[in-house]
Amino acid sequence: MFETLRQSLKTGVVTTSYPLTPPEVSLRARGKPEIDWVNWRDARPAAAVCPTGAIECGDESAPNAARTTTLDLGKCVFCGLCAEADMAIRMTNQCELASVTREGLRLTAPANSSAAIANRQSPIADRQSAIRNPQSAINQSLLTSAATGRTGSVEAVGRQLQDRIQSVLGRSLHIREVDAGSCNGCEVEIHGLNSPVYDIERFGIHFVASPRHADMLLVTGPVTRNMELALRKTYDATPNPRLVVAVGACGCSGGIFGRNYATCGAVNTVIPVDVYIPGCPPIPHALLHGILLAIGRLKQVTVIKS
Amino acid sequence: MNATLEFAKLGNATSLPWADVPEWRADEFVAATATELDRGGRLCAWFGVPEGDGTRLVAVLAYDTDNTLAVGRSAPVKGRYPALTPRCAQAHLFEREVWEQHGLVPEGHPWLKPVRRDHGAGPAVGEFFRVEGREIHEVAVGPVHAGIIEPGHFRFQCNGEEVLHLEIALGYQHRGIEEALAGGPHRATLSQMETVAGDTSIAHATAYVTVLEALAGTEVPLRAQWLRALALELERLANHTGDLGALANDVAFLPTSAACGKIRGDFLNLTALICGNRFGRDLVRPGGCRHDLESVRAVQLLKKLRGAVAEVDEAAAWLWDANSVRARFEATGAVSAEQAVEMGLVGPAARASGLVRDVRFDHPAGWHRFAQIPVAVWPDGDVLARARVRWLEIQRSGKFLEEHLAAPPEGEIRAGAGQPAADTLAVALVEGWRGEVCHVALTGGAGRFRRYKIVDPSFHNWTGLALALRGQAISDFPLCNKSFNLSYCGFDL
Repeated sequence: MFETLRQSLKTGVVTTSYPLTPPEVSLRARGKPEIDWVNWRDARPAAAVCPTGAIECGDESAPNAARTTTLDLGKCVFCGLCAEADMAIRMTNQCELASVTREGLRLTAPANSSAAIANRQSPIADRQSAIRNPQSAINQSLLTSAATGRTGSVEAVGRQLQDRIQSVLGRSLHIREVDAGSCNGCEVEIHGLNSPVYDIERFGIHFVASPRHADMLLVTGPVTRNMELALRKTYDATPNPRLVVAVGACGCSGGIFGRNYATCGAVNTVIPVDVYIPGCPPIPHALLHGILLAIGRLKQVTVIKS
Repeated sequence: MNATLEFAKLGNATSLPWADVPEWRADEFVAATATELDRGGRLCAWFGVPEGDGTRLVAVLAYDTDNTLAVGRSAPVKGRYPALTPRCAQAHLFEREVWEQHGLVPEGHPWLKPVRRDHGAGPAVGEFFRVEGREIHEVAVGPVHAGIIEPGHFRFQCNGEEVLHLEIALGYQHRGIEEALAGGPHRATLSQMETVAGDTSIAHATAYVTVLEALAGTEVPLRAQWLRALALELERLANHTGDLGALANDVAFLPTSAACGKIRGDFLNLTALICGNRFGRDLVRPGGCRHDLESVRAVQLLKKLRGAVAEVDEAAAWLWDANSVRARFEATGAVSAEQAVEMGLVGPAARASGLVRDVRFDHPAGWHRFAQIPVAVWPDGDVLARARVRWLEIQRSGKFLEEHLAAPPEGEIRAGAGQPAADTLAVALVEGWRGEVCHVALTGGAGRFRRYKIVDPSFHNWTGLALALRGQAISDFPLCNKSFNLSYCGFDL
């Protein structure tokens, strides 16, 4: 026992200070693909190599077809094949990609590209500033992703409800993880959250054994037909108010497997989803970001910092 | 029986024309397969290939001591055939699978029921083996479990605390992978192979590209074979370390659990250092590897590796030194060597029952033809043995990596992949961290997949877990389950 204590003292604290500091992700890690929309002339070569169809070409006959193209981070497996096929795409190591709407994961060209070029920095310039000053860019992205899809008076009620849920669940949260058809990759990373490195319990967040004890379902997919009923029952067994977070490319969109005779695809085809965390699998930082986003804790962190 | 007919011999990671695979009448084929298994063969794969309105049965066997594989097939058969299972128990799940996929009834199979598909009723709905008696109670667990694990259903027949029988019903993770491969390879195929079991990405991807390379006759550059072998051992290190931590956690020995949780992440990061992904996704490609490991990063990797291995060393030492841990591990969930042979167990589960069975040693392919790792064996078959085998393998994988990181072969990292030959069968075995990953591909006239069979080590080993539970306290189930740590999705496909 003394030996154990000695070693523990020698090792010291290994826990990351994320989200107060930027995620410790190596520069080689493949995160969000960034597109130089202005110089992206033809999206077809990149779309042709994408294994999950995350790049959807617009009208191919249009003079600048790439402008109408969508890159769907919910389908992306971050393999980087598109970046090999097309110089206009670059893989960054940005991993904080969670969104409160599915729509928020679809990247499109700025509405008016030429005006965009004149008025704001190009994506490449954004990225360069991000490298110079990572924290400001991250906070920016947190605020924008948190705000995505929350505009318009119709959604004001929804926003209030969301705020109330967050005030109820935001301080201490119990999570029930449900694997509804994943490859176990997401589970390995979710396990990582309980390790001393990420130590999710420092936020008052615990993984629990039953949906009846849970405030949040953390669901991985693609939801198989054989798990559809079990997932619905788990959702029904979770008391209100409850949050659902869809994890990974398969959970967000059906990912690598999509829909077939054996799978229903994305989690939101079976139960309503509050937050989407892209990745294949999302690294623990990305998971933490998504969970904290779901309970409104990221804004607090930003406020405390500023 | 045609006495002159023999199974066609082939080596690991090779192919042969479909026409050269010897053919028996179905009943004779079953008898011939049983004879081969009786004289020391092992069933790697048994599956159906539809032809006309019938189905051919195909058997892939391994003779571990002869470093040889063998393959044979039956003539197309319809309706029913005499089952292999009554003579060779290791065929029991394979025959249920063939029945489910092709509707062929193995006559005389003692427990014929679905493997993965639900037929509309849900996978665990249906008959379960039951023990009768007033004192007997039944415990049903799953599909949604208490931990962060995959879904599956376990049905225990108990007398008080004692488990008399455990039946395991899976299929919840069935994603239709084999079906999606028909007519392939497709654009998404490699990604799907890497997620057959996401914690075994390197082993399954390596088996898949090896099959493609055998079909196309591609000579893979040595440097790529070297890098694949390194990545495979890193995958083993990460998972074995995670397993030691999980075993410690299950007996509430938290120092090792916490330390291993951290170190597992360190090993995953080493894989990311090679290719940008913690699971090695997109490293292995047909014809080679997509990323190289330049000497600067190799040195970096070696330094970090030494640190991580030294840390596991300490964390494992705490585990072995704790009496409370030994008391829980020893004599819990024992599987005898006889049972392991009979059920055809593979990987650490087989080696923990004293079987010397390791694809890297028995059927070396790729880099393992030049560099072998001693097989880690422990005799007792209990939880302690399965933990010990993992520990030995951590040490040996660490040494292997140290040695080979220091001596990289020069040359290209990737060659042209080539076109798969038509009407050809190829077999690849890879020793993943759970055991033997077996991929078999059969191409049609255009060189596209006519049939693709994946056998994850878990397909062999789930029955081992069921056997380990006999006579155990039901409260030891989580510990026994963790000591096997089998894949649900790799089984369910």
